[in-house]
Amino acid sequence: MSFFTRFRFETAAAWLTAAAVGAVLLFLLFSVWPLLVSGEILGTLRGGWRPFAAEPSYGIGPMVLVSLLMAGGAVLLAFPLAVGVAMFIHGTGSRRLRGPVQALVAFLTGVPTVVYGFVAVILLVPMMRHLDAGTTGYGLLPAILTLALLILPTMILVLDARLGRQDRLWMQTGLALGMSPGQTLQHVLLPQARGGLVTAMVLGLNRALGDTLVALMVAGNAARLPEGFLDSVRSLTAHIALVLATDTFSPEYRSVAAAALVLFLLTSGLTLGIRYLASSGESA
Amino acid sequence: MARIVTFVCLSLALVAFIGCGGESAEKAASHDTPAAGANDPFADLSGTLDIAGGTAHIPVMEEAAREIMTAHPGINITVAGGGSGVGARKVGEGLVQIGNTGRPLSEDEIQEYGLVSHPFAVDGVCAVVHPDNPVAELTRAQLQAAFAGEISNWRELGGPDRPIHLFTRDEASGTRKVFWKKGLDKGEISEGANVVASNGAMKTAVAQDSDALGYVSVGHLDDALKAPRLDGVEVTQANAAAGVYPVTRKLFMNTKGEPTGLTAAFIAFVQGPRGARIVQDSGYIPLTAGH
Repeated sequence: MSFFTRFRFETAAAWLTAAAVGAVLLFLLFSVWPLLVSGEILGTLRGGWRPFAAEPSYGIGPMVLVSLLMAGGAVLLAFPLAVGVAMFIHGTGSRRLRGPVQALVAFLTGVPTVVYGFVAVILLVPMMRHLDAGTTGYGLLPAILTLALLILPTMILVLDARLGRQDRLWMQTGLALGMSPGQTLQHVLLPQARGGLVTAMVLGLNRALGDTLVALMVAGNAARLPEGFLDSVRSLTAHIALVLATDTFSPEYRSVAAAALVLFLLTSGLTLGIRYLASSGESA
Repeated sequence: MARIVTFVCLSLALVAFIGCGGESAEKAASHDTPAAGANDPFADLSGTLDIAGGTAHIPVMEEAAREIMTAHPGINITVAGGGSGVGARKVGEGLVQIGNTGRPLSEDEIQEYGLVSHPFAVDGVCAVVHPDNPVAELTRAQLQAAFAGEISNWRELGGPDRPIHLFTRDEASGTRKVFWKKGLDKGEISEGANVVASNGAMKTAVAQDSDALGYVSVGHLDDALKAPRLDGVEVTQANAAAGVYPVTRKLFMNTKGEPTGLTAAFIAFVQGPRGARIVQDSGYIPLTAGH
């Protein structure tokens, strides 16, 4: 009996998932090993991406920075909006509109990334081109805007689920004490839902950081440091997608493992970092 | 509300689906050319043939596959893109039977994988601009300067006072390789140029942007793009075939070892007379077997 209670399906599933993540990390380390041993890894992490120059360099530095800028920008735009919409649904919004807004958000969560990318290429890119004739319209800013739209419904859904668990009871209590719905939300519900806020932010950030298609379709993919928000840029994910198609024996191809490892560490590092900051803030 | 939204989406999807279906049926009827001849090499064959790789090859591969599959329901041929690098890798690792490349294989690819190349067409690669762009001719020096970013305004090339928007192809592209080698004489391509991942994507990007400068495989040229003359030479497949237009390459199908069965029959079909027609109709120059 105790055997079965200890090795239940849930336990197996948890271990399997953990093992899969561990295996990915091990595989990446294994792939990067030749670069580590030969010391080429430093060149990969510093330096620019100039595979066709007379003295080629295979650095992914610009792409790391661009990925952070892109995901960070998208979260900065989308997070306040997500909190606003969640508050609208759970108290401040008009009673007749709450349901439809909630349904719309749930619907938007399911729209495939490629649809956002396609619409951005057709609508947003020409608009950006008119903004500054010197640029092609593909660049950092349209990618940030598209990603913000992409992660917004996911963030709202997380907040919605978190607030929905408690709002009725707390709201009634707040109203009985003479607080307005807005005040109850601001002073009672949102502080209560702190974990939900952090989860929404982490999920949004990771989705923006990990998205490949929007970056590939909208950002322009020039592998260099941007000088402005309308400059053509290449994210780490788009870089991996583009370079993965090269000749298996080329040095470009070998550098992809380093890019994947950096992306993996970046995502896990940011997630842990935000969670740590949030939890240490709570106890203080 | 949710139900209404879902309903609207489903109806739209249905309409789109029906629209596509009608179009493809029409297409199939309009060029119905049976692949089967008197002694049909596919008569006793069945099974699946998977093809992947170079994006310039796709129109030829798809048309050949469609004709063969129409005449022989037992044969199933899939055609995927991915680029020349993907083509060589997939066929080398046995994931597909034919891997297409728009460039000769590298020494490593031949040695490690034991690949055999089967050329079937010659293709030109040319610089392209938006059809509204008045620039009708470029010298090679102008092309080099523009792609290197030394010239950044169309005025310096005899066009309007507008900035040049550069578009180039990805690291794995065979089209990029030949354009860089023969069109730009290995000149630099600006790091600030936008990178697109296929001939089709290049076409979309340049057709959308009146200030664009990019390059495509000549087989992809149509009214949505304009190809300025290079050093006075008109960009046509005829000029490429005659050797007058210099920026050309061969298109290859590659197999792991010598092909057999359905794979061999398919390659013979593409290299044969009917294949040559398809190659020509797709905008390329056919290469007869043993060329």
